[in-house]
Amino acid sequence: MASPRNPLHAADHSSATNAQAGYPSVFSFSTHHRVIGRQYFFLSLAAVLIGIVLSLLMRLHIVWPQAPLPFLGQIKPEQYLAYMTMHGTLMVFFVLSVAPQNAFGNLVLPEQIGARVMAFPRLNMLSFWTTLISFFVMVSALFVTGGGSMSGWTQYPPLSATISAGAGQGLGTDLWIVSIAIFCVASLMSAVNFITTILRGRAEGMSLMRMPLTVWSWFVTAMLTLLAFSVLLAAALLLFSDRHWGTSFYLPAGLVVNGAAMAGHSGGSPLLWQHLFWFFGHPEVYIAILPGMGVTSHMLSTFSRKPVYGYRSMVYSLLAIGVLGFMVWGHHMFVAGISPYAVMAFSTLTMVIAVPSSVKVINWLGTLRGGRIRFTIPLLFSVGFVSLFITGGLSGPILAQPAVDMYLHDTYFVVAHFHMIMGMAAVFAIFAATYFWFPLLFPDRIMNEQLGRAHFWFTFIGAYATFMPMHFLGLAGNPRQYSQIVGSAEYLQKLLPIHVFITISAFVLASAQLIFIYNLIYSALRGKFSGTNPWESTTLEWEQDRRQRIRVHHGPYEFGPREDSRRDYTVQSEPPYTYKS
Amino acid sequence: MVAATVYFFSRTWLPALATSSGGALDHQLTLNLILLGVVFCATQLALGLFVWKYRQRQVSLQVTRGGQPDARVELTWLTIAAALFLGLNIAGAAMQARVAETPLAEKPVIVEVTGVQFRWYFRQPGPDGRFGQTNPQLVDASEGNPLGIDRSNPASADDVVSSELVIPAGKTIEIRLHAQDVIHSFFVPSLRIKQDALPGQDIVIHLPPTETGTYDIACAQLCGMGHYQMNAKLKVVAEGQYRAWLRQFPPANVAQVGHPSTNKVAHR
Ligand code: HEM
Ligand SMILES: [Cu+2]
Ligand SMILES: [Cu+2]
Repeated sequence: MASPRNPLHAADHSSATNAQAGYPSVFSFSTHHRVIGRQYFFLSLAAVLIGIVLSLLMRLHIVWPQAPLPFLGQIKPEQYLAYMTMHGTLMVFFVLSVAPQNAFGNLVLPEQIGARVMAFPRLNMLSFWTTLISFFVMVSALFVTGGGSMSGWTQYPPLSATISAGAGQGLGTDLWIVSIAIFCVASLMSAVNFITTILRGRAEGMSLMRMPLTVWSWFVTAMLTLLAFSVLLAAALLLFSDRHWGTSFYLPAGLVVNGAAMAGHSGGSPLLWQHLFWFFGHPEVYIAILPGMGVTSHMLSTFSRKPVYGYRSMVYSLLAIGVLGFMVWGHHMFVAGISPYAVMAFSTLTMVIAVPSSVKVINWLGTLRGGRIRFTIPLLFSVGFVSLFITGGLSGPILAQPAVDMYLHDTYFVVAHFHMIMGMAAVFAIFAATYFWFPLLFPDRIMNEQLGRAHFWFTFIGAYATFMPMHFLGLAGNPRQYSQIVGSAEYLQKLLPIHVFITISAFVLASAQLIFIYNLIYSALRGKFSGTNPWESTTLEWEQDRRQRIRVHHGPYEFGPREDSRRDYTVQSEPPYTYKS
Repeated sequence: MVAATVYFFSRTWLPALATSSGGALDHQLTLNLILLGVVFCATQLALGLFVWKYRQRQVSLQVTRGGQPDARVELTWLTIAAALFLGLNIAGAAMQARVAETPLAEKPVIVEVTGVQFRWYFRQPGPDGRFGQTNPQLVDASEGNPLGIDRSNPASADDVVSSELVIPAGKTIEIRLHAQDVIHSFFVPSLRIKQDALPGQDIVIHLPPTETGTYDIACAQLCGMGHYQMNAKLKVVAEGQYRAWLRQFPPANVAQVGHPSTNKVAHR
């Protein structure tokens, strides 16, 4: 804990006005965590915009495969799959592993624990620029001959390991693997930084059990990142080696691809990749959602003006999810050909992980109950998060039963499940965080309220209209990753009208994001001024005077009327104050 | 009401069953949808209700109500959630065990299923009951030998290769599943069965006794550009018709296994 000499607390005389303005530009090699946070934010914004455009192209192709599009002409099946791979990869890696953790973590984490800087500012800078390189490598795959990789964000070999297996399986797939390897390195560096900062940088009095739940969730996420991405890095290197250096980690003997027998491989197992990938992949979905859970707890408490209901069980359930998250990867492999005993174990462990997740939902409801709820935009998005989390969360236990999964696996039921929970819920948390911390993102401005409300309602309804009907497609047995319905199996033909409805909803959902972009630009330039602590929050990131040494005397969510003032909250660093009950 | 809605949906959405013994999964799925549908409605309603009921009408410094949970309350919720999820887990496992442990009534009909970008091939051993050897070097679809069957091997003589899965009604079928190039997934929606087909590995599954009719087979694991069109038909015919169908492939035609009319594998 904080020692008097802790360099992370050195008073920052030079930039006392940091919070107002005068950051180095986002286009500079800055080591300032707020600048780096903003850089990460813009990176994921670029990624999400590309991802959305690709998803719309996919939706168009599914229902009207013949339609010529402006500039692109007619999309071909291999392009559909390349867009799908790119969409999934951009969303999972460059949006959901970047924005919740690195963008908002950098923006507010050091201040929230009373530190002035991150533990390793230069490493922090390096993490960002490495991520940026990885991003360019990834996106460039769309423009090379053969196009982007077709094998999806999960890149199962032999499809991903054999260059002759299809158009994007040459250079496109190489770029995918290289980009992901670079991304892994960047994530590992960033995770080390977060863990060290949280363990070593806390101000005096900021005990672990006084940390805001945002900080707890960033902490657990960083641990997961450290363990999961190192495995993905190794797995990706082995895949690259199978492709180019003649090794056989994932390739068995006797392959005949594209009519030609492949000599020189033997003894490998395609299942090895699946084990390694999902050992990373399941924790990865928690990397995407845990920071969102932290943000949601934070917002619900702040805007219902009540302490988080069951703070302790919130912390323990985060930790439980973090640990159990490493023991359930096999639920992605129920029909992959693993032992029935393993199937049983993974199924049971998956059901167990649903329990701490339920605790979170109950505690969010408990936090709202009896509060005095302020209907701000961040609150709306946080309530939306809880709603989507419930919807997406409840389809999990269905898929966790191997017998049922045997039918639903790799159908649109799964697409619905993960878009609800990992896609939409996590994105709602990012929106809540953007509206909430906007004054730190664009100094002292606040986002427009009317536009925010419109954005929320269109997005909320659009999300349900787009992803809810996919459950029914799944129940009807529609496999995922099908680039079109016309020309596919006969039993799918009658589902076409539902696909058309989904495509239209997707356009509504995507258009609603234009409101957000407009609001972002408008408010950054013309937004109202926020003043200090605009949301009357208890945590330290709103503290203005950066010259004083911070001492923490209070828990993170002390809301309740005080007798000595007209306030109903106590900032963590205020002198001790006891409430009359 | 939730139950009725869910029941309606699961009846109308699931493809018609091709087997009388496949209903167990439908029941389990419906049970899931009903239980979780109730939980879904309850929690979403509670969420909406709380947000509406406790909205702040004017800025005030009233004390908020509903403090911290005590350990008993938390344990109660924990137990309820655990009971629900583990209950489903046990019910699902028990159902699966019942199906898996039903002893086979007789010797099953054996079919070898091979996934190749982007079609399914079905091989039946013929009267001798034995499959001939295959060799990857011999694979040549244009020569009518997509599976690389070794023609010098005596057991190959009567092997029947088709691009439709034709099986006799009311019999258990043993499927030996594998893939030639990349991973595919053998999916029969109306039997509620799906199993990945892997290169370099043989996986054995059983199809329950099936009623006559024609059903769809699809591929459920991304295998490349033509993944969406990698489908085939499952034709369940009466025993006599099945025998007649098998007899159409004269064993002499070792060199050109395949469809009776062309002596090649029939592609649709
Ligand atoms: C405008 C909103 C979105 C739309 C319309 C959309 C649509 C789609 C579509 C059409 C597919 C292909 C499904 C298939 O063919 O199987 C897909 C796949 C996917 N999406 Fe989205 N999506 C959206 C947002 C998101 C978000 C926010 C995430 C973040 C997690 C996400 C993650 C994924 C992933 C991981 C895949 C799987 C890719 C693969 O199979 O390799 N999507 N999405
Ligand atoms: Cu998982
Ligand atoms: Cu396929």
